[in-house]
Formats: sequence, structure tokens, C-alpha cells
Amino acid sequence: MRVEFAQAMINAFDKNENLVFITGDLGYMALEKVQEKFGEKFINAGVAEQNMITVAAALAHEGFIPWTYSISPFVTLRPYEQIRNDVCMHNLPVKIVGNGGGYGYGIMGATHHNIEDIGAMRILPNMRVYVPFTASDVEQAVGQMIADKSPNYLRLNMGAKINYPVAPFAQWRKIKDGTKGVVVGTGPVTENILNTNLADDLEVWVLSVFPITQLPNELISSINATQKLITIEEHNGECGLRETLSYLLMNHLTSNIKILSLVASGYPSGKYGDQKFHQAENNLGGDGLMKELNAFLG
Amino acid sequence: MNSAEHKNLLTKAFNIKNRFLAMYKQANAGHVGCSLSVAEMITFVRFGWMKETDEIILSKGHAAAALYSMLAEDGTLTEEDIKTFYRNNTYLAAHPPVNKIKRIPFATGSLGHGLSLAAGLGLAQKLKKKDKKIFCITSDGEINEGSTWEAALFIAHHDLNNVIWLIDRNKLQGYGRTEDVMKLEPLGKKLEAFGFNVLVADGHDFTSLENSKLETRNSKLPTAILCNTTKGNGWKTYEDKVDCHYLPMKDDQYNLILEEVKYDYERRISQIA
Repeated sequence: MRVEFAQAMINAFDKNENLVFITGDLGYMALEKVQEKFGEKFINAGVAEQNMITVAAALAHEGFIPWTYSISPFVTLRPYEQIRNDVCMHNLPVKIVGNGGGYGYGIMGATHHNIEDIGAMRILPNMRVYVPFTASDVEQAVGQMIADKSPNYLRLNMGAKINYPVAPFAQWRKIKDGTKGVVVGTGPVTENILNTNLADDLEVWVLSVFPITQLPNELISSINATQKLITIEEHNGECGLRETLSYLLMNHLTSNIKILSLVASGYPSGKYGDQKFHQAENNLGGDGLMKELNAFLG
Repeated sequence: MNSAEHKNLLTKAFNIKNRFLAMYKQANAGHVGCSLSVAEMITFVRFGWMKETDEIILSKGHAAAALYSMLAEDGTLTEEDIKTFYRNNTYLAAHPPVNKIKRIPFATGSLGHGLSLAAGLGLAQKLKKKDKKIFCITSDGEINEGSTWEAALFIAHHDLNNVIWLIDRNKLQGYGRTEDVMKLEPLGKKLEAFGFNVLVADGHDFTSLENSKLETRNSKLPTAILCNTTKGNGWKTYEDKVDCHYLPMKDDQYNLILEEVKYDYERRISQIA
């Protein structure tokens, strides 16, 4: 997807000169034409990802749309607090591009892999995560990210190569029908099921934008009809696709289980106070908690 | 800086200190020494140096009370706002808030972010061909943070001479003296080697700060000013001690600080011709 990404950036710059491209000293044999196109708005910030992210936050504050680029773990986990505080808390349109999410860097080893990136990014305030499925998704994802005024993370990988037609880039896409079970996958790894001889009998969906707030009705119907759900992700299940699907799914299973989830959602009023104040604001204490419990228990 | 301007700065600083001391007292809060350390620096940047369009980043967000008090002095915040400091349902938390107050472009509090914010804002002005300065006030303790050095490299490399970095060099950090915890010296030489125009000032003295301001005028390099300060300046019980970072003021101490601040103000005013 790197080639498609570079071309997408070049095309996007023609339409929007507010784009700034910042690399963490990577991009050999990939970004040279981006550098040529962006001119003084192409910056090599060096091997200094914490500074790179915060500089990007400040550029976004001044009206630019900065794209920061490195190998996935180096641009997400190394500067994690900078992403949380300077980018996400301030809801600035910084675009974080991680090449080789999952095991994309293969033999390079564990330090170059990132099987926590989607989870780590999706839980941050205001952040949206884009996971292209095929290489041709990339330009559309880039276009959507430029239109998206929030912080974004783009997970690049080798695009899926499959013999099924794929709809334009969207959060949810059904790739094919099937009657024996439902597959929900994220990213190119989904092709590993699509390319098996079992695929004929499976309904397959691809999820490409996180977080998710609701499930397509058709997907719910299919899961309840087949009673078989397979999820596939090149990512830690504790914080990835499986985890984020589970809560939404539980409310739709035929067993009639309902779920009340009480969580810390952040700063609803934007104001501050003591611990109990923040608990109350998040319905974790006080009247809000009682209201939630009464409504749920009936 | 003429006598009237000097007196005006002294009066602003006097008001700012009295206001934040009252804020800390009513909140029974710590970080008093951190704000006393930086009070004249923040006063000078706002009322003696910056243009209306310039930006201040207070990287040492734990001195937020000094910042809030300065913003009340310039009319950005009201005295009613100030009364909400540290209380439930306030924007004025112990560290600066997110996206709520003009002149606070970024929430700070986690150390080592501010200089990168200044770097990015400085770079943005260069890209936009705007003549706007970015003043960044950091502590000295946060120079331990690797990200501060990343930012220093970046600022020097990109010739961001629109960034003015003021270091509150009080030589104390969270759990000890800076030279005992992780020595910074020779700090000036380190920053010079990084490519900064390094100046040294008395961070409590407006004449000295003014001299630094004048020395930055023709510098093509980004400027770092080592502002020598005393943490807890004026709080005689805990001056230059770690305690003044954490402890709230007792009633008698509060009264003594107010007296000291007043005495210092009157003494300085009387020295101006």
C-alpha cells in the first residue's frame, strides 16, 4: 500500500496545499516523489517521534493538516502520550500513518511489529482509525481522512488480493454472501479466509474504520441466522476487533442478554473537579449512576 | 524600558503574585513555589515583550496559577473565573485546560511537551511567512525529558529563531536538586552546542530580562534564556527547598509571604529613579 499511499499524498497536495508531510526519517525508495511535490512542506523530523507528533499538533493548531509517517510502532506507541495529550485531547486533525501494522515487517522482528496499534489508537479521545483492506482502498481512505477533522491513524500493509469485487472504501463492507457462518475481519488478513475453499459457504464482512458505534442490521441478522461468527484480525484480540465487536454484538444475540456497560467516557462538560465529580459526570457515581441502574433494572 | 514601564511591570507582577497567592490559599493547594519562581518571567513576557498576536506556552503547567493570574491581569479571565480555581466545575484546574481559554493554546502538565509545541507553532509561522514569536517557558527539571532535547535539535535545525525559550533555572525538581538528580550543567554550553543563542538572566529582575530581550533582536539563532530564579521566591520558610513545590501555605506563612512580596515590591519601586 506504500506506493498507493505516496501517490495519494501527491494527488491530495494538488487539491490542498495545507497538507504538510512529516517523516520520522523513513521512506527510502517510497517518499522521494512526495518530498519533491511537497517542497518545504515535506519535513524529515529525524528519529524523534515524540517531537514529531507534538510539532504536528502545533501545525494542526495553526490550520495545517500534518501527516506523520513512520513504521507503525514508532509512530504510535513511542509517542503515545504526545498523541493522547497534544493531538487527541485537543481534537486536532493530525494524520498518523503507520507502515506495516500487524506483522507487516515480518523478519524484521518483534520490535518492528505492531499488534496493539488499532487498540491503542481507537481508545483515544476523538481518534478514528482507518484500516484499508485492498491497495485501491488507500487513496479513498486518504481522501476521507483529509475530510475528517479529527485525529486519524492509518494502518498500511500489503493489500489483500482476492477475486471478489470490493465496494468503495467504507467502515463496513460485505464482501460476499454465504449461509454456514459469518466472518468479520479487519485489514488484509481477511483474505486468508476468503482465499480458502471454505469461503463459498461464508458470509464475509470487512470492517475498516474504528471505533464502531453500531452494527449493520444485515450483519446482525446473518449472525443470528447462522449462529456462527468468525472474527479475524492481525491484532491482539484483547483490544482489537474481537473486543470492540463483542459489546455491540452481545446486545443483539438471540439469547436476550442485555448489557449495561458503565465506563469512564472522558470529560463530558470539559470541566474539572475532584474524583467524585468526574465519577458523577460519567455516571459512575451519584445520581447518574442510580439513573443508569434504575433504567436498566426496570 | 523607562522608569514608568519598569514600575508598571513591578506593579503587574505584584498584582499577579498577590492574586495567585490568594488562589493557592483559598484552595489550600501546593505548587506555590513553582509559581513564585516564574512570576516575573511570565509577567515580563506578557507585559514587557510579546505582541498581542504572539503565543506563550507554559510548558511547566504546574505553575498554572501564575498563568491564570496573569490572564486575569490582562483581562482574558475575570476575577469571578479566578474564584473557581481548584473547585469542582471549573476550567481552572491545577494544570491548564484543553481548548477552553484564549491564550492557552494547549493543555500542559505532562513535562517535556512545551518546547515541541513551541517548535511546531514556530515552524507554522515560517511556513505561513508570519512574523509571530512563540515564547516557551519550561522548568529546568523537565530538561531531563528526552523530548525536550528532540525539540531543541528540531528548533536549531530548522532555524526557528521566532522561538524564545525561557528556562526557569531554579535548580530544584520534584524530588531533589537538579544537579543531584541528573546533572544539567554545563547547561549553557550544551544549549550552545545544540545551536542556540544562549543568554543568562536574573529571572526575578526586569532590567536583566529586558537586557536579554534586547540581545535577542539581532540573533539569527533561536534563543534560550537561562533565567536564574529562586524556587518559592519570597516564601522564606521554604525558599529554595523542594517543600515549596508541594506544601500549601499555613495562615501565618501566607501573611508572611504577603508581607515579603509587598516589601520586595516597595523596595524595587523605590530603587527606580
